[in-house]
Amino acid sequence: MRTPGRDVMGDVTRWTLPQLLAERARLSPHAVALRHKEYGIWNETTYAGYLERVREVAAGLHALGVRRGDKVAIIAENVPAWVFMELGAQALGAVSVGVYQSSVASEIRYVVDYTDAVVVLAEDEEQVDKLLEHRHELPQLRRVIYEDGRGMAKHAGDDWFLSFGELLELGRQQATDVFGTEAAQGQPDDVCHFSLTSGTTGQPKAAMLTHRNLLHMGQALAEVEGFRPGSDYLSFLPMAWIGEQMMTVAVALAGGVTVNFPESSDTAMQDLVEIGPHFMFAPPRIWEGIQSQMFIRMQESYGPNRALYRKLLAWSTDAADASLRGQKPGALAGLKRWVAYWGLTRPLLDQLGLLRLTHAYTGGAALGPDVFRFYHGLGVNLKQIYGQTENIGIAYVHRDGDVRFDTVGKPLPGGECRIDENGEIVSRSPAVCRGYYKKPEATAETIRDGWLHSGDAGRMTADGHLQVIDRLSDVMTTSRGERFSPQYIENRLKFSPYVKEAVVLGDGQGEVTAILNLDPLTAGQWAEKRQLAYTTYLDLSSRPELAELIAGEVRQANERLEPHERVTRFVLLYKLLDADDDELTRTGKVRRKVIGEKYAPIVEALYDGSRERQVEAVFKYQDGQEQRVPTRVVIHSVPGMAPPVPAPTASAARAGA
Amino acid sequence: MPQLHVEQVTLQFGGLNALTDVSLTVPEGEIVSIIGPNGAGKTSLLNCISGFYHPTRGRIAFGEHDLTRAAPNVVTGYGVARAFQNLELFRGLSVVENLLLARHTHLRYGLLDSLLFYGRASRQEAEGRAYVERVIDFMELEAHRHHPVGTLAYGIQKRVEVARALTLAPRLLLLDEPMAGMNVEEKEDMVRFILDIQREQGVTVVLIEHDLGVVMDISDRVYVLDFGQLIASGRPEEVSADPRVIEAYTGVAETRPPPAVAGAGAAGVSA
Repeated sequence: MRTPGRDVMGDVTRWTLPQLLAERARLSPHAVALRHKEYGIWNETTYAGYLERVREVAAGLHALGVRRGDKVAIIAENVPAWVFMELGAQALGAVSVGVYQSSVASEIRYVVDYTDAVVVLAEDEEQVDKLLEHRHELPQLRRVIYEDGRGMAKHAGDDWFLSFGELLELGRQQATDVFGTEAAQGQPDDVCHFSLTSGTTGQPKAAMLTHRNLLHMGQALAEVEGFRPGSDYLSFLPMAWIGEQMMTVAVALAGGVTVNFPESSDTAMQDLVEIGPHFMFAPPRIWEGIQSQMFIRMQESYGPNRALYRKLLAWSTDAADASLRGQKPGALAGLKRWVAYWGLTRPLLDQLGLLRLTHAYTGGAALGPDVFRFYHGLGVNLKQIYGQTENIGIAYVHRDGDVRFDTVGKPLPGGECRIDENGEIVSRSPAVCRGYYKKPEATAETIRDGWLHSGDAGRMTADGHLQVIDRLSDVMTTSRGERFSPQYIENRLKFSPYVKEAVVLGDGQGEVTAILNLDPLTAGQWAEKRQLAYTTYLDLSSRPELAELIAGEVRQANERLEPHERVTRFVLLYKLLDADDDELTRTGKVRRKVIGEKYAPIVEALYDGSRERQVEAVFKYQDGQEQRVPTRVVIHSVPGMAPPVPAPTASAARAGA
Repeated sequence: MPQLHVEQVTLQFGGLNALTDVSLTVPEGEIVSIIGPNGAGKTSLLNCISGFYHPTRGRIAFGEHDLTRAAPNVVTGYGVARAFQNLELFRGLSVVENLLLARHTHLRYGLLDSLLFYGRASRQEAEGRAYVERVIDFMELEAHRHHPVGTLAYGIQKRVEVARALTLAPRLLLLDEPMAGMNVEEKEDMVRFILDIQREQGVTVVLIEHDLGVVMDISDRVYVLDFGQLIASGRPEEVSADPRVIEAYTGVAETRPPPAVAGAGAAGVSA
């Protein structure tokens, strides 16, 4: 008998990634490794084809002068060329660097410069233009390889550029077997990939990952979950993110899983339905998105239909709750579950493309228990995973049949965990990276004696589950000395379908307050249903009706919070927080410091007893233009909470702004 | 070399002159814009080129083909396609179906073939679908492929309208206000599409557009119409400096003599 999750390959951590690919191509050359939708048709790549492309890329890069230890950056959507490039570079002993394709030109300049990349794979004209903007500041960058030739005709005479097709052709022309000689020299402990940490503070750091780091994690997860070769996985999150990297490269190669690439980032949810993957990994916003889409659709449906949906969903959820508590359902409950399965959840999951799903994961941020319960009610085996970029994004996972909404599960095999004297979560495993590129101080601070310091506050439950509370540095204290976690409160606020983003304030203050973003989709639909005409988001967010709605939602959230954590006042911000304005990280986390400085007058108004405040809203457009609009921000009090300190008159408040 | 020549075209509706002695040339592979205030006769001119109207006097030629009296379907056969200002799509059909319908002019099989759907018929249908998929890729409509056109956002419908014209594999593309009613981002996308149509596909483009910023940015040549008459032409920078153009746009109408042609009310008829 083989260990589940380990197929004929045995222990895969004895290889490098390219060596493992060559081994898979030798053993099952005709098995489907990748699928990619193009021109409306799914095209398959076998392991033999995968290896052939990687061999061509390796030989082509070698001909361009890429050698052991060089860096090759990749800025692209989820396309096969990404993995060809990554493994081709790794075969030479070079290091691939994942760059978020939504990065602006200056961020790309920083990353390419910091990691000393000599070759960049840029998806298309859009990415090429960002590089061109800083071309003269990047002298070490020798070649830019583009995947999509559209709009590139104007650079025809420029030998800085090379198409991906030309790179493959160059590889085919090489007489010597570059892959054969170079890949054989690779060692499992060589650094093979740089993953950028999201950097809620300061510039991103590149975590240096080895083949063993990636494959240990991939193998451990495949073992715990029992992934079978030939399972389908849909790759649709940014490949620069560690979560996608571990699934599309590490888990896929360790477990022999077929990776499916969507047609474009806009079509991922439709492609999901066509593929019907066996497992799926998505950050909370995707799960919340699917849920709120469903919420909207049901709201728009007619009455009896809605009632039936609620009834059957309740039956199904009750059964799921019971089985999560470890109880066997009785005869009546079993019948109800059977009816709900055939009457609602089965067809619904089929519509969503989740019917074949055996394992679903969320990570990167906390997912609300309500959302968790909703998916388990539908029959989706959704689990929380937890980890850092520095240990391949995952060190803890729920085991089947032991899923809890308030924990992130138990360590993966080979991993150890403890809570240190400061309440910080520290962990150790073969997946912990080598440190940060060119940042020895940061490395020494984060990885001490092989223990990775997460910077997260947490606690262990009696039965060995890990609970994550918040970023250690984010835990705040009120003026009365009570500690609270803003993220915890923010997540409670975001359980409302109408709240898209929340920033909780109150460090050193007497009360907790919040800056909120409406969800334009659900709140917009709510407004439309009530025949409230609005033009822009700015207009929508200043409607008193919406403020009343949100006040009710905040009050509900307050009911589940400790008294000192309750939100007393809030504002509806006139714009959506945006990563392009540095207010969020590229992975969608709130940057408190930036927001605190940028919206200082609003923060001040939340605490000085003002009822409203006149501010100047600055809107930045994509073409670089700025528009300043004088805007009135109203401070809303939450019903049931103590009224604010007697306010000065409105005109005085305005004069102060 | 296929060029569009419009020679001294006059278009009359009863006593009204929608166009008076308009002459212009569109060289192959260029983007040529026609601008002018509302009612200047821009759309009337496009209607003359695409065969919806026939000029009262004058001649229109596209390469060796005479378009002066040609019917719209004949004009289309010569390689001239048009995207309409007021979307002319089948709202109940999906994007793919709309585009396949436009592909219909390229199908060359008979009733018998289509009944058997074997050989020529199935091969041509497959080719048609492959071509449509390339257009969908080009216009970035993948996410909307199977959605009924009527349910799509206005900016997307505009893109489908241009895609429908492109599906005809034209050599000359007539775009009637493709950016009207769009926001800045959608306009930027559309500009990129138009430039790619010209550069990557080598299609000649005649563009009617009110956004002068866009026109001045992407046109090789600009013609200015006012009250059915051509008042200026040339490179964008020449045209934008022309005092007559400035006057036509800023409307110094009080000091301006009435148009020399019959009926100042002509403005109400065209465009």
